[in-house]
Amino acid sequence: MIVENAATILSIQNLSAEVDGQPILKGFNLEIKAGEIHAIMGRNGSGKSTLSKVLAGHPAYAVTSGKVLFQGQDLLELEAEERARSGLFLAFQYPVEIPGVSNVDFMRAAYNARRKHQGLEELDAFDFEEVIQEKLAVVQMDPSFLTRSVNQGFSGGEKKRNDILQMALLDPVLGILDETDSGLDIDALRVVANGVNQLSHEGNAMLAITHYQRLLDYIVPDYVHVMRDGRLIKTGGKELALELEAKGYDWVDELEPAAVGV
Amino acid sequence: MSASVKTLVNQPYKYGFKTDIEADSLPPGLSEDTVRIISAKKGEPEFMLDFRLRAYRHWLKMTEPVWPAVNYPPIDYQKIVYYSAPKQQQKKQSLEEVDPTLLETFEKLGIPLTEQKRLANVAVDAIFDSVSVATTFREKLAESGVIFCSISEALKEYPDLVQKYIGSVVPPGDNYYAALNSAVFSDGSFVFVPKGVKCPMELSTYFRINNGDSGQFERTLIIAEEGASVSYLEGCTAPMYDTNQLHAAVVELVALDNADIKYSTVQNWYAGDENGKGGIYNFVTKRGLCAGAHSKISWTQVETGSSITWKYPSCVLVGDHSVGEFYSVALTNHCQQADTGTKMVHVGKNTRSTIISKGISAGRSRNSYRGLVKIGPKATGARNYSQCDSMLIGDRAMANTFPYIQVQNEGAKVEHEASTSKIGEDQLFYLAQRGISAEDAVSMMIAGFCKDVFNQLPMEFAVEADRLLSLKLEGSVG
Repeated sequence: MIVENAATILSIQNLSAEVDGQPILKGFNLEIKAGEIHAIMGRNGSGKSTLSKVLAGHPAYAVTSGKVLFQGQDLLELEAEERARSGLFLAFQYPVEIPGVSNVDFMRAAYNARRKHQGLEELDAFDFEEVIQEKLAVVQMDPSFLTRSVNQGFSGGEKKRNDILQMALLDPVLGILDETDSGLDIDALRVVANGVNQLSHEGNAMLAITHYQRLLDYIVPDYVHVMRDGRLIKTGGKELALELEAKGYDWVDELEPAAVGV
Repeated sequence: MSASVKTLVNQPYKYGFKTDIEADSLPPGLSEDTVRIISAKKGEPEFMLDFRLRAYRHWLKMTEPVWPAVNYPPIDYQKIVYYSAPKQQQKKQSLEEVDPTLLETFEKLGIPLTEQKRLANVAVDAIFDSVSVATTFREKLAESGVIFCSISEALKEYPDLVQKYIGSVVPPGDNYYAALNSAVFSDGSFVFVPKGVKCPMELSTYFRINNGDSGQFERTLIIAEEGASVSYLEGCTAPMYDTNQLHAAVVELVALDNADIKYSTVQNWYAGDENGKGGIYNFVTKRGLCAGAHSKISWTQVETGSSITWKYPSCVLVGDHSVGEFYSVALTNHCQQADTGTKMVHVGKNTRSTIISKGISAGRSRNSYRGLVKIGPKATGARNYSQCDSMLIGDRAMANTFPYIQVQNEGAKVEHEASTSKIGEDQLFYLAQRGISAEDAVSMMIAGFCKDVFNQLPMEFAVEADRLLSLKLEGSVG
């Protein structure tokens, strides 16, 4: 939702980044305020996923110029784990499997890392059990998944749900959904989207990165941006997604990169 | 992730200091005279000298094994010092007589020997280069009939027991390094638990190599009579030298009817620097004989040190219904090489064995599991379960698995499972994105991977092993 006089959560200014010496982001701009849901759409290779990894601090991506402020703080100065602890959450396109580490132990470590950062007391295994049981409902997940190794042997849909469960647990300030819809059947998509909608509130913001419009049937964005060749070329409301779906990406290829970003 | 990780890369080997103490050492070199001098210095009975000389003569005709998947330049056996002992009163009747420098050394290693500080329920035999310097709780153990002393003392006080069992599991000519050990071994621990006695405390031996040119050739012999049980643990460290030292030990275990021996090792010899300079060559023969029915021998090892490890703690299951177990974590980093595993030889009926091996390779290291499961023609109803898992950290480390299975009895059941996994950048990033630092991420993954083995260690040492592994791996990621 668009809220009057809302605080700025994320401000990306003229950001350029490369991987293996290959420039991917080329002067990217975007402002996200509290309460808002943004969607970035674009072809494969337009730089959408790179944006999410650069924001999360993946070591393989190098920022070459520009600035990113997260709640007024210089995001690029922080290590990946510090970004996470201060409330930036990335739901992965392909959540990885971590054999031997139990899901519940992992989530407790993550939860306590965030609490410690917030100056709150860390929870022991018993108190944490209560917290996590409550969150399971958000994504309709069976408690048996907690005792299994992180994502090991989970189906594609279960992995995505597990990620959204972590998001529910960590209550981020900014949730970035990187192609969360890929590989999901319609029922799983609905569960995941429903989870995200429950977690969205006036104090946080969501950034959904997607190739297809169908996710946006369930997570309704306030703004839709179109990305091409490392920058945004068009910004509109939710109807822009439908227009893209109808006309295809060829339609926006004609556009010149504009000074977009809200 | 880099700044903090980099400072951790340079974490020095904590036990790498050298103790300055005057030593009574033989000049380097090996001949029949060396063997005679060692035996004479120790005032050994005649049978022991004969044993040594037979082994030496056999060794001269043998060649070093070349089949392990490890590389090192040829060893000049004439450059090694075969006997080095700190100069002090021959035998310390009480700890007050032990050179304080030695007590300090062990204290620095976390092995306090003095009355006030020693571990409450663990008896320790402390071995410094070639000799045992102190054994704690001897008297208390003697009350229950348990003999725990250095093998040199055992040769003087219980020669018949030593004569009966030494070489009965690992014969003097068993293999190249065992033969060398049999010729020149200087000290080691001796444990005898009589019929029906459950040893009232953990026994442990702590090995320390100090002299830069000396080899360490210790010999350990543990006997559990009918219905006896004992749990024994050994730990090892050495100073940092840029040359290599040879450690060629022999351990023999004998379990009679219904006896139970648990043998755990936390091996942390100096591993050499990150470019592979220096470190211990750990060429060790360990074998247990389940001689009696329903006996059980269990090996647990956590191998983190040494530049080269060549070690296959084995069980020969002769008694019907006897049980052999092998639980191993072998971790290699930088340029370390390990070729380790076990042999389970099923001779008796309904014998059972379990092998759980976890190999972790980081840096440019090579880590190989090599194991043999042999079911003899008379071993009806024998069963084996083997699980060999490898974990790779980074993209320059290597892991191999060489399982050998020989079955000569149709009624036997042998299962083998293996897996390879990798701690990759993607996993570390995933965990970092949830607020978990690289060091915590690695220890979580390693602890999970090694859980089945650490659960087997005596409690005091399980914590130590967990910590040791994290320490060893710091800086290997990021």
